[in-house]
Amino acid sequence: MSARVFSVSRFWAIVVKEFAQMRRDRLTFAMMLGVPIMQLVLFGFAINSDPKHLPTAVLLADHGPPGRALLHAIQNSRYFDFVRQVRTEEEAHTMLARGEVQFVVNIPENFTRDLCRGDRPAILVEADATDPAATGNAMAALRALMHTALQHDLKGPLSFLAGTEDAIDLRVHARYNPEGITAYHIVPGLMGVVLTMTMVMITGLAITRERERGTMENLLSMPTRPLEVLVGKIVPYILVGYIQIALILIAARLLFHVPLMGNLLLLLAAALVFIAANLAMGITFSTVASNQLQAMQMAFFFFLPSLMLSGFMFPFRGMPAWAQALGELFPLTHFLRIVRGILLKGNGLGEVALQLWQIALFAALALTIGVKRYRRTLD
Amino acid sequence: MPTDLAIDVRGMTKRFGELTAVDQIDLQVRAGEICGFLGPNGSGKTTFIRMLCGLLRPDAGRGTCLGHDVIAGSEAIKRQVGYMTQRFSFYEDLSLFENLDFVARMYAVPNRRAAVCESLERLGLAERQRQLAGQLSGGWKQRLALAACMIHSPKLLLLDEPTAGVDPKARREFWEQIHQLAGQGLTFLIATHYMDEAERCHRLAYIGYGKLLAHGTVAEVVAQAKLTTWSVRGPNLLQLAEALRRMPGVKHAVAFGNTLHVSGDDAAALDRSIAAFRTEAYHWERIESGLEDVFIHLIERSPDNFAS
Repeated sequence: MSARVFSVSRFWAIVVKEFAQMRRDRLTFAMMLGVPIMQLVLFGFAINSDPKHLPTAVLLADHGPPGRALLHAIQNSRYFDFVRQVRTEEEAHTMLARGEVQFVVNIPENFTRDLCRGDRPAILVEADATDPAATGNAMAALRALMHTALQHDLKGPLSFLAGTEDAIDLRVHARYNPEGITAYHIVPGLMGVVLTMTMVMITGLAITRERERGTMENLLSMPTRPLEVLVGKIVPYILVGYIQIALILIAARLLFHVPLMGNLLLLLAAALVFIAANLAMGITFSTVASNQLQAMQMAFFFFLPSLMLSGFMFPFRGMPAWAQALGELFPLTHFLRIVRGILLKGNGLGEVALQLWQIALFAALALTIGVKRYRRTLD
Repeated sequence: MPTDLAIDVRGMTKRFGELTAVDQIDLQVRAGEICGFLGPNGSGKTTFIRMLCGLLRPDAGRGTCLGHDVIAGSEAIKRQVGYMTQRFSFYEDLSLFENLDFVARMYAVPNRRAAVCESLERLGLAERQRQLAGQLSGGWKQRLALAACMIHSPKLLLLDEPTAGVDPKARREFWEQIHQLAGQGLTFLIATHYMDEAERCHRLAYIGYGKLLAHGTVAEVVAQAKLTTWSVRGPNLLQLAEALRRMPGVKHAVAFGNTLHVSGDDAAALDRSIAAFRTEAYHWERIESGLEDVFIHLIERSPDNFAS
């Protein structure tokens, strides 16, 4: 019997044992069901590669009817939502740099007069093109509607302009990434993704490893305070995080020729806050997980929505409101805005401060929970 | 309160949910004494030790450890106590030197480097200091653990089954060291399952199902049990044991190699019961009750409050 090549009873013994173990490890079982559900929701509902209703600022220097009609047509395309009317170009540029708006539509002075004269007045549309995928469809729609936008207004003596491309001179400035190179968008973002993945995972393992190997009992019997242990465990990995940043920056410059417009020192300082936030998250996971496998699973459960909802893979503004609200919670979302802002837009502290604060808040919250949950006894 | 007591605790209790793992245990150990801590697996020894060194918070009980309050003074106690865990709990991926250096830093040992080297020398680990702890055999791991939990010159050592899985020679050397250190004034509380080790202790505490069942010197513990033991040799001891166990007054009939130990706490009843079996074929002899007989007797007599 035992010499048989495949014994059904032995095979069945393994199957039964696996099921018994699976039933005991509730967290793993929950993950096996939770991850596909999460993926279904994220991919099915949250992700949309044709983002509409992009926030747009208007710089309106001519209040004549054709300009209004044009704006009306642009908004009707459903790609553009006019969220604010600005008065100066500087104001418009600040909003673009901060990422508060995706487009600025500029209707210049004397637009109506020049149109009526047949002088082909220019309208200028400035786009934040750091993510070419987010603006591509909107720009195409804009070009298409130029033909038809003013059809109702171009009547009588102006009818000669109707249906021609010559009525208006549409000038599009794709700012920050004029050639629409995807790598410019992805490579800086990768810095945030790599840091999230490794930092949360590594620290998640750091404390559960002590518990799993039994060294925690020893550590707790020594006269140490939780903050000493937690900070002591975080600091070495901050160094590792900086090595990762250096690698990505070098590759971005030499391999992908990503422009490094802004202040690198500011980027390194912002990265410190971001690394701290991820490490604090990992520490908090490790105080909840009872073994290394669970810590890994929790890290994955954090990483997956971070990746999907942060705007790394899919345009942030393409997601429905609930998904954007959820995405705002993750430090990666804010760090992507910071790193792309500094590298591509040349942003300074003024433009990144708001995002940085939100990461810092997350870090403080996670570390507080971590320190609170870190058990000083074995109870 | 006498100051020469290294451990002086009363009513120590620890509950895990429904289970009372340690139930109202009082224990006094004088400075410089080696106290053996015995009891079956799961009787609450480790829980009790963990409460003493601040790893677990007692649900009830009070007292002092090295003069510090066991609950409020746990930080001060940690600094003066060396705790050797049941399972090897140093870093297997660090070398011996690195492990000891780490521990020395944690306790802020003055002249750290010298202290680490001295500790390596004293335990005969100097040549192996670059070896990773994970590559050591059981006996060497145990030496490392002892060296590490003594590096900060503690006054009290709590050793939880320090010699489990260690060969007899290494165990003997280990005990010689313990006695030397006790001679220098260190106090020991040593959990063990070995009867020969129990007999090497100045004092014993025996717990079962979380309760203290016996406390005193070896002779006192044996005397308190009031146990009468007979040794019998002859053929078919297995059947004899079966028959004896059914007789009144016979508490245990346990095989020890070629002899059978028969014991009970009512000497007269035991005598009457064995009378029928005292035939030509069997050689009966009244012997001193051993610690093992006493302990098995104690644990069988006490109600199992862990069951149900």
